[in-house]
Amino acid sequence: MQAGESVPERAFLAIEGVGKRFGGAGGFQALDGVSLSVPQGELLCLLGPSGCGKTTLLRIIAGLEREDGGRIHAGGRELTGLPPQARDYGILFQSYALFPNLSVAQNVAYGLQGRGMTRAHREARVDEMLALVGLAGSERKFPGQLSGGQQQRVALARALAPAPSLLLLDEPMSALDARVREHLRLELRQLQRRLNVTTVMVTHDQEEAMAMADRIAVMDGGRIAQVGTPGEIYERPASPFVAEFIGQANWLAGRLSGRGTFSVGELELAVSPARAGEVADGAARLCCRPEAVRLHPADGEPNRLLARIVDQTYLGSRYRLMLEADRLPGITLFADVLREERHLLPAQGSHKFWVSLPSQALQVFA
Amino acid sequence: MTRALPVAAANANDAATVASRARGAGSLAERIAHGAPAAMKWLWLAALAVALVLPLLALFGQAWFDEAGHWALPARMAELAANPNFVPLLGRSLAVSLTVAALVVPLAFGFAYALQRSRIAFKPLWRGIALLPLFAPSLLPGIALVYLFGNQGIFKGAFGAGGIYGFWGIVLGEAFYTFPHALMVLIAALSLADARLYEAARAMGASPWRTFLTVTLPGARHGLFGAACLVLTLVVTDFGVPKVVGGGYPVLALEAYKAVVGQQQFARGALIGMLLLLPALLTFGVDIAMQRRQRAQMSSRAQVYVPGRDPLRDACCTLVVIVTGALLLTVLAAAVGASLVKLWPYNLQLTLAHYDFDNMDGGGWLAYRNSLRLAALTALAGTLAIFFGAWLTERTRGPAWLHGVLRAGFVLPMAVPGLVLGLGYVFFFNAPSNPLHTLYGTMTLLVICNVAHFYTTGHLTAAAALRQLDAEFEAAALSLGVAPLVTCWRVTVPICLPALIDIFRYLFVSAMTTVSAVVFLYSPDTVLAAISVLNMDDAGDTAPAAAMSTLILLTSALACLLLMGAARGWLRRTQAWRAPQG
Repeated sequence: MQAGESVPERAFLAIEGVGKRFGGAGGFQALDGVSLSVPQGELLCLLGPSGCGKTTLLRIIAGLEREDGGRIHAGGRELTGLPPQARDYGILFQSYALFPNLSVAQNVAYGLQGRGMTRAHREARVDEMLALVGLAGSERKFPGQLSGGQQQRVALARALAPAPSLLLLDEPMSALDARVREHLRLELRQLQRRLNVTTVMVTHDQEEAMAMADRIAVMDGGRIAQVGTPGEIYERPASPFVAEFIGQANWLAGRLSGRGTFSVGELELAVSPARAGEVADGAARLCCRPEAVRLHPADGEPNRLLARIVDQTYLGSRYRLMLEADRLPGITLFADVLREERHLLPAQGSHKFWVSLPSQALQVFA
Repeated sequence: MTRALPVAAANANDAATVASRARGAGSLAERIAHGAPAAMKWLWLAALAVALVLPLLALFGQAWFDEAGHWALPARMAELAANPNFVPLLGRSLAVSLTVAALVVPLAFGFAYALQRSRIAFKPLWRGIALLPLFAPSLLPGIALVYLFGNQGIFKGAFGAGGIYGFWGIVLGEAFYTFPHALMVLIAALSLADARLYEAARAMGASPWRTFLTVTLPGARHGLFGAACLVLTLVVTDFGVPKVVGGGYPVLALEAYKAVVGQQQFARGALIGMLLLLPALLTFGVDIAMQRRQRAQMSSRAQVYVPGRDPLRDACCTLVVIVTGALLLTVLAAAVGASLVKLWPYNLQLTLAHYDFDNMDGGGWLAYRNSLRLAALTALAGTLAIFFGAWLTERTRGPAWLHGVLRAGFVLPMAVPGLVLGLGYVFFFNAPSNPLHTLYGTMTLLVICNVAHFYTTGHLTAAAALRQLDAEFEAAALSLGVAPLVTCWRVTVPICLPALIDIFRYLFVSAMTTVSAVVFLYSPDTVLAAISVLNMDDAGDTAPAAAMSTLILLTSALACLLLMGAARGWLRRTQAWRAPQG
């Protein structure tokens, strides 16, 4: 947990100082003292580039990998060292891992056998689960006869059928087409909310994490870089890594001098002291999201620059402009503008206009 | 998922009452089921030790130490090398095996090329003919050659004064025997081709010949090398063909066999056996190293190559398969034909008299029944051992070192020729101090020896099939509280059944035809069909030997057809989930 971050109350899942190294002493440190807690009913996303340790962490929670150190609690029970079958969770794998030779109903019922349930009871539960995921009537089909989205729902029904208290999702959308993905994202989230089942999801897709998570844990090199709501992560990234990994950003290298002034070459920019954090005076980096760059600012605004548009990319609902400012020689600034507001700006070329970098949108990093 | 949502199911706590939450503790049966794989691994490790490692160590011990237990290897090596017969023996073995490799590998490559890269007609037929020698013991080509070119053969003048007996007899017999082995390796090597490379070659204006030299041959390099190694090893360690048509041209393998079986010179047999292990181990090591490098060549984005129209190529390929097929069939026909006539070639009246095995030396019909039993038991026990062994290493979790040791043990038999394994079994199981001594001469030991001998091919088939399954089957099942063994039975076995039938078939045919290892281990009660061929030929009953070879050939081919039919039937029955329409 980051210093100064509040530990959520009533944590359902608590991970304390979990470490994992692959390949012995000289090997690869996949996890380095990771601590996290997830309150009951929350959907937490583990987000990060490949190799950041997010999948390893999920597999350790699932008991599929053995941690080198640290402890895991869930629902007041210590899970550390327990085999997977004793942990009470449901898991949805990237590949879904549906059993191809078993029908949809047999797949969903797979975890219900040997639990002292009557046959009628089991069948009722299978019907209930298939209705829940909107696949009533597909009982006798085989997984190979379903679409990717339908397969995902069967896998979800199978994972949820024994009513686990924890749901683990391992890149659940990555095997789907982009269009189906967006739709299922929403459905999965609604279902998770309705069942109020604590959920940990691994993804490398920041958009997916933003859309689905209550909170996101951004991971980097086996550590947690930042934990927070999607808004906190995007708007107030705790490190350059987080700022770079989530969304686009303009980066300016310069010096922080006095309290609240950042200088790049001859240009001096006012920054809000709150966003300079604990960065000491001296060499520093400044981060500004493209959509935060204000175009045609009012006359009295600080941090104004004269710029011209050198190029632009059409992104459907908006344009991304590449700007060159007189006082930032050799630097291209990215700025987003809504499509319908594009005509308010000059065309590509030499025509100059005012832009500003609002001080409350500038984040300073050491 | 929002639609048709029953209100009752919306609450996880409700659902909790449906399924029992009692996990972890579990019943005794459940605990055993979950713990079984770990216990099984130790069992397989122990089996590896008894069936493979200890016999090999016994062989080494026999070669390295004298009766008093003193280190004697250098002295014995010196003695062997000083023997005026030894260097010529070695030279002859090398000459024969190199000649066979030089003959068989190009021919098998041409045949495999015709099957995989041309559009000739009747491919299944040619393939079937080419694989026929696999169904017969290695003695059959020897016997056939005697009938064709021997002292009373049809073409007896063809090989000059000495006749077929000697160098050329061994070369031709071994060529027949090793051809299908080399062919299978090369078919596999040529089955993977990236169409994009061929398109690129054509786009750059390369001629077909240049494309062949720069794309096809380099792509098959590993297969060619592997086939050559396989042929060399098979020939160097086979004593069946040299025994029948070797005449006055003794080779190393035959010398080892004679030393142990005839002369009771165990130390000498062990020493030669150890020498015969060397080329196999060497090629095995190089092969593994090459496989590692080869893997990256075929990327997942490769496009499957489909041969285009090319009448000239197809004409050449047709010629190759017809000539090769005719040669193979001639050899087979000679053996089968000779077994069915009164006295080749003087009295060609048809008769089944040579099949009256009970009136011959060599074991009679008992040998045939024993072989059937041995083949069935080997196939059954071997398929189970091989499949679960591969399942343990590929599909269950466990300490990496243990999996590594088991995997190494599963591929090691590939490097151990049957002759060497058989010698090891003699020294290990025939030692009076060994409590397992009672197994010596029994059917049980023959089954164990066969399973160990043929293990690797089956293991590679099983491991390949298991690796194709979704990596998370067992993890998904575990999360649902289901033990791996249960998942294996309900999911893994049904999916892998075609591979299981393949393994069963391979083991059955191999056990039916093999001589090399079991020849050291049988007793009068457990004499086998292929061994009776050897014995009858030895006693001069060549026609009955041909008859028994024919019977083995028919049995193997029939079993093979039946099992292929079974596999096809199973595939059809399970088409619903194998061939999805979506």
